[in-house]
Amino acid sequence: LPAAVLLKDTKLMDVKLGQLGSWLAMRDFTPGGIMGAVRRGYDRYYNKYINVRKGGLGGISMVLAGYVVLSYAWSYSHVKHDRRRKYH
Amino acid sequence: VLHATRPLHTSQQSLAPLPPLPEKGGEVRHGLIPEEFFQFLYPKTGVTGPYMLGTGLLLYLLSKEIYVINHETVAAACILTVIVYAVKKFGPGVAAFADKLNEEKMATALAMKNEAIQTLQTAIEEEKKEQWRAEGHGYLFDAKRNNVAMLLEANYRERLLTVYSEVKKRLDYQVAMQTLKRQKEQEHMVQWVEKSVVQSITPQQQKESIAKCILDLKALSKSARAAV
Repeated sequence: LPAAVLLKDTKLMDVKLGQLGSWLAMRDFTPGGIMGAVRRGYDRYYNKYINVRKGGLGGISMVLAGYVVLSYAWSYSHVKHDRRRKYH
Repeated sequence: VLHATRPLHTSQQSLAPLPPLPEKGGEVRHGLIPEEFFQFLYPKTGVTGPYMLGTGLLLYLLSKEIYVINHETVAAACILTVIVYAVKKFGPGVAAFADKLNEEKMATALAMKNEAIQTLQTAIEEEKKEQWRAEGHGYLFDAKRNNVAMLLEANYRERLLTVYSEVKKRLDYQVAMQTLKRQKEQEHMVQWVEKSVVQSITPQQQKESIAKCILDLKALSKSARAAV
């Protein structure tokens, strides 16, 4: 029966909202597991957007945009002082 | 020893031949947002949903000053304008150049593969030809065998001839011996008869025969003179 799939094996998009906590708790948080997850994510992104015959601009521009957002988030405590209003 | 508690090689995957690379990457709209996001929101909000979401997010960030407008914003705006202009203008040129590089790589690889196939084909042809030649060796050996048989035959006949001539020589010798003996006997007998006859001629008989001869001669000369 397709409904008898273990929670461990479901993908993130198929997890119901109520099961999200238990699903997160079941993930592999060892250093090996984290490295594995990073590797898988990198492979997925690489094989979808970069490792193709006619790659486009979107491949690297998404990475750069992510870098921009991340660096803004890290420097927010410094940027905070340029705000025009103190209370929002 | 392999303790296999799980089945091995259950999938059809193998390392070769590699599947070809996909032609185009995942679709990205405006160079920043993957198409899957738009498709994800389409059933619920239609075409304008993601843009509404984007506008609302932007206004929220600006109003709450989570995104602060300062000198860096101006710098970012200028840089982005330049980048967008450059991409729009030089994009197709760079893409064509990269495609040409790729084409060359593919062409060299394909040429190598074709060359390898060609060499193997010619090797197969050569091999077949060698096999055909090996068949011809049979004929060669037959001819050589014939030659040898002929040599043997000729030698045998030569020797037969030698034997025949030798035997003939021996027999001729015997015949010659016999004729020689007979000849000698005959000669000897003749000589012995002559000797005995000469011995038996007495002097008296000699005188009588000489006188008879003179008388005969005179008679003959007379008849001859008469004839002339």
